[in-house]
Amino acid sequence: MGLTDADQRRAQQIIDRYPYPKSAVLPLLHLAQDRDGWVSPEAMEQIAELLGLTPALVLGTCSFYTMFKREPAGALVVSVCTNLSCMVNGGFDLFDQLRSRYQESSDVSVEEVECIAHCDHAPAFQVNYDFHGPADAHGAADVIEQYLDGRLAARTISGTARQEVPR
Amino acid sequence: MTTNAVPMSQWPSEHRYTIPVAPGPETVTVTIDGRAAQIPRGELLIKAAQDHGTYIPRFCWHERLKPVGMCRMCLVEIEGMRGLQISCATPVADGMVVHTTSDAVTTAQDGILEFLLINHPLDCPVCDRGGECPLQDQTLAFGPGESRFVEEKRHFEKPVPISDLVMLDRERCIQCGRCTRFADEVAGDPLIDFGGRGGSTEVITYLDEPFHSSFSGNTVQICPVGALTARPYRFRARPWDLASTETSCGACAVACRGSLESTSNRLVRLLGVDSEPVNQGWLCDKGRYGLDWVHSDARLRQPMVRRAGELVESSWPDALDAAAAAIRNTLDTHGPNGIAVLGGSRGVNEDAYLWARLAKGVLGTDHVDAQLGDGLPADVVLGMPRATIPDLDRAKAIVLLAPDLKEELPVLYLRVRRAAHDLGVPLVDVAVRDHGLTPYATAVLRHAPGDPGAAAGVVADALVGRPGRTKVGKAIVDATDGRDGPVVVILGRTSVAEHPDAIVHAASRLTGLPQVRFLSALANPNVHGALDLGLTPGFLPGRVSLDAGRDHFTKAWGAVPDAVGRDAAGILRAAATGEIAALVLVGCDPLAECPDRNLARAALEQADTVIAVSAFMDTAAFGATVVLPPTVWGEQSATTTNLEGRVVRLGRRVTPDGSTLESWRIPAELAARLGSDFDLETVDEVQDEIARVAPAFAGVDASLLRRARDGVVLPLADHADEVTFGRAGAGPGPSWEPILPVPEVVGDDDRSPSTSASDSPSAAVPAPTPPVPLHRWDAPPDAPSVPPLDAYALRLVAGHALYGADAIVAATPALASLTHEPTLGLNARDRDRLGVHDGDRVRITTARGSVDLAVRTDAQTPPGTAWIVANAAGPGAPDLIDLTSPVTELRVETIS
Ligand code: SF4
Ligand code: SF4
Ligand code: FES
Repeated sequence: MGLTDADQRRAQQIIDRYPYPKSAVLPLLHLAQDRDGWVSPEAMEQIAELLGLTPALVLGTCSFYTMFKREPAGALVVSVCTNLSCMVNGGFDLFDQLRSRYQESSDVSVEEVECIAHCDHAPAFQVNYDFHGPADAHGAADVIEQYLDGRLAARTISGTARQEVPR
Repeated sequence: MTTNAVPMSQWPSEHRYTIPVAPGPETVTVTIDGRAAQIPRGELLIKAAQDHGTYIPRFCWHERLKPVGMCRMCLVEIEGMRGLQISCATPVADGMVVHTTSDAVTTAQDGILEFLLINHPLDCPVCDRGGECPLQDQTLAFGPGESRFVEEKRHFEKPVPISDLVMLDRERCIQCGRCTRFADEVAGDPLIDFGGRGGSTEVITYLDEPFHSSFSGNTVQICPVGALTARPYRFRARPWDLASTETSCGACAVACRGSLESTSNRLVRLLGVDSEPVNQGWLCDKGRYGLDWVHSDARLRQPMVRRAGELVESSWPDALDAAAAAIRNTLDTHGPNGIAVLGGSRGVNEDAYLWARLAKGVLGTDHVDAQLGDGLPADVVLGMPRATIPDLDRAKAIVLLAPDLKEELPVLYLRVRRAAHDLGVPLVDVAVRDHGLTPYATAVLRHAPGDPGAAAGVVADALVGRPGRTKVGKAIVDATDGRDGPVVVILGRTSVAEHPDAIVHAASRLTGLPQVRFLSALANPNVHGALDLGLTPGFLPGRVSLDAGRDHFTKAWGAVPDAVGRDAAGILRAAATGEIAALVLVGCDPLAECPDRNLARAALEQADTVIAVSAFMDTAAFGATVVLPPTVWGEQSATTTNLEGRVVRLGRRVTPDGSTLESWRIPAELAARLGSDFDLETVDEVQDEIARVAPAFAGVDASLLRRARDGVVLPLADHADEVTFGRAGAGPGPSWEPILPVPEVVGDDDRSPSTSASDSPSAAVPAPTPPVPLHRWDAPPDAPSVPPLDAYALRLVAGHALYGADAIVAATPALASLTHEPTLGLNARDRDRLGVHDGDRVRITTARGSVDLAVRTDAQTPPGTAWIVANAAGPGAPDLIDLTSPVTELRVETIS
């Protein structure tokens, strides 16, 4: 768990980009989450150590963002919108059905989100922050299966794979 | 001038909360609610308005914290600016016209309060803050009167402990960020932060790492709601049942100002008072919560006399007669040199003076020492050029030759940290091991225990621009280049396991620096008062040597000793050999406080007579001939002298139970029984006599002490312009706002401060020149020889922990649980070399003795040294130390 030696080197490069080490908290949390699939306490403690902060400050920042998972999550995070446009187009049904379908899965975590600005495709959902929709539960499951068997390439669960932290 | 003169928006800051202010004239004209005022450029509007009598409601802004703009309660209307502005983050500008009570503003205030109350439970009747709650008060004053919110409020499990002392009721929190900012900005212990977001934001600690900060109680004081409560105080009183008296904390030598509160004759709370030069409103947790010991069942309430081998309770007249008889007896058999007085560093000025007068003027002995081998030579402390705490803020550099201030003098740590971290004063850390201030140091120099001389030499050179070949030398030169102001050396006993000559020698290497001043880091609450008032060999009250003051005091007292007496080490040795037959222990327990316990034990066993003035049945009192219990802090009015030499008042808040005697009356009563009537009836008369007789106290009489807001720094002649009277600023603060010091109230019913009309805040104070020139420290001693490092032994470093084995901690349940078992702190390298693990018990042996302790890996302790807390209960460092040897070398063996 936590950061490997290679990650530590990468972390140092990231820290060096900022005038204050503290500024690197978010990119380092992404780094840890990409590595482990969640932000573990060990990772937070390592980040605190690297940045000269207390773990309390790292947890404070980390817990502000729902996109940082502080409990182990599946490799695919499916975010179903239930905000207005999606709700009237069946967002809740989509959410309920996907959730029960993947309840036992350790690869897929289904969560409910507020508006993701994809209203013209309602009901909309994201798989690791890539947009999809409109879809019913069947269609959505089909998309998820494509990610699972590799026909579609997924981002990391931080959504950072195709867009490295900018230099 | 104090740094307060810098407008808050321009306070130097790491990188946060800095508000850029365009250059311009020094003061600007601002019109607030129709009244024009001249205000320093860049001052925050909320502060400017307050200083000119307009209170703008606020929750998140606190005068001693940086502005953050979280609560929006301080909205005002500024003509020409769109919308409303938060006055806590808006610097004043020339020509600003501000309205704080316009319709737009009151509507906004209504709205903010309505929003705050949506998530706030209206459980005031069961809330500890009820009755003194800013949210309650401001809702009444500025709020809408009724709520439109009918939905369910949020709920949390309540309360959760965030440390051993502080509880959090999360649903009451209004997210003002005062507690988190205090922990980060002021204390430097950012162990609490906001977690979550939106309606579920809460103050959090990290998983299982509690808010262990020695300053946690301050967050409770400044929290504007009842979200944070203190375990020792919660549910013990209601604010309207409290009576308060201003006082100074009596737990260490900083003497922080506080407001002491009681109900039903029980002390229940100490709040920090904002004394600008000293504690700026803050207290440490030991001072704040160290109250219950005063009412402890273990307090002695009746004098005791040994009869047929047993200590039995007696009346005061009998006990005093017995003590006087024992003293007279010793005088007859051994002469004055057969008697010694030890202690007094935990008392008050008045008793220190009278014990000195009794010992030196009546008994004729100079074997008197307030320090028990745990301090610095009086020659140095009394004679060095002294600095004040505010000097730290404007220093060219601060040099630490001191123990861990965070443990020994916590609020001084806050002031040094502020100077270094916020005000940019270069901090030079000369020490054996890392400590609380190391993270803020500009230059760090490490040396072997007992050998700080060379490091001090490097610092001395660098501070006059000679970097030498070292990196630290260059760092110091770079950091101090172009800065002026005094060099403030904080000088204390870095380790009681080494002879004080070493640190004195290091200090002597800095005495040649231009504008060098020393701030003493001796920690016992009134050690400076005791030394100033003559409880040390070779000196008479008022910082004059025995010889210099001989004529003056012979006139005042009738007689003084002929020759310089022994110090504590000498006294204990002489007692152990029977040369000294009677020991008077003034509020001290040599077995607990003297770094050399074997010596103390031998002395106490051998002495024929031990008279213990003690509030508790400590080990010294246990073996005493006569035990005299004095009244203590909170039970008597008196004065104390802090580490700057600042004389401040101590207030009386409760009436003692049982039969104790005001501490200064004990020496006076003994003197009367030994044929010298001091003719002193009240504590004021003692203060006036001190002002008359003790040269350094010239002019510092009872009336001046009562009127001076922040006390008086000795000698008055050098500090007369720093004395301030009356009340500064606007309005009395509720407890969550900085509470300003006020002069003492005379009489119970008279609520008005006893300042005379002529006491404008800066009225000139008559400052008489001392009748005898004060002692000066010169002739730096020769370098003591330091034994070469022994590769097979570890060198001991022993310092004091905040929560040690003293009476305040031991007899206060809330603090007693914070103490730790003593351990042997080792660097990981030495630990591995010795083949031991954390928790293993080992036998530690020195030339003096041997103890068994558990091992603990300690990253702060460098290889080759070992760290043991000197003031923990039970066997420990004092069993290993020999007061005469330059350093303490120890060997470690494993035991099975
Ligand atoms: S606990 Fe109190 S001080 Fe801390 S943020 Fe909440 S209301 Fe403010
Ligand atoms: S620093 Fe000292 S004087 Fe101040 S509150 Fe703490 S113990 Fe009391
Ligand atoms: S006091 Fe200004 S925003 Fe809180």
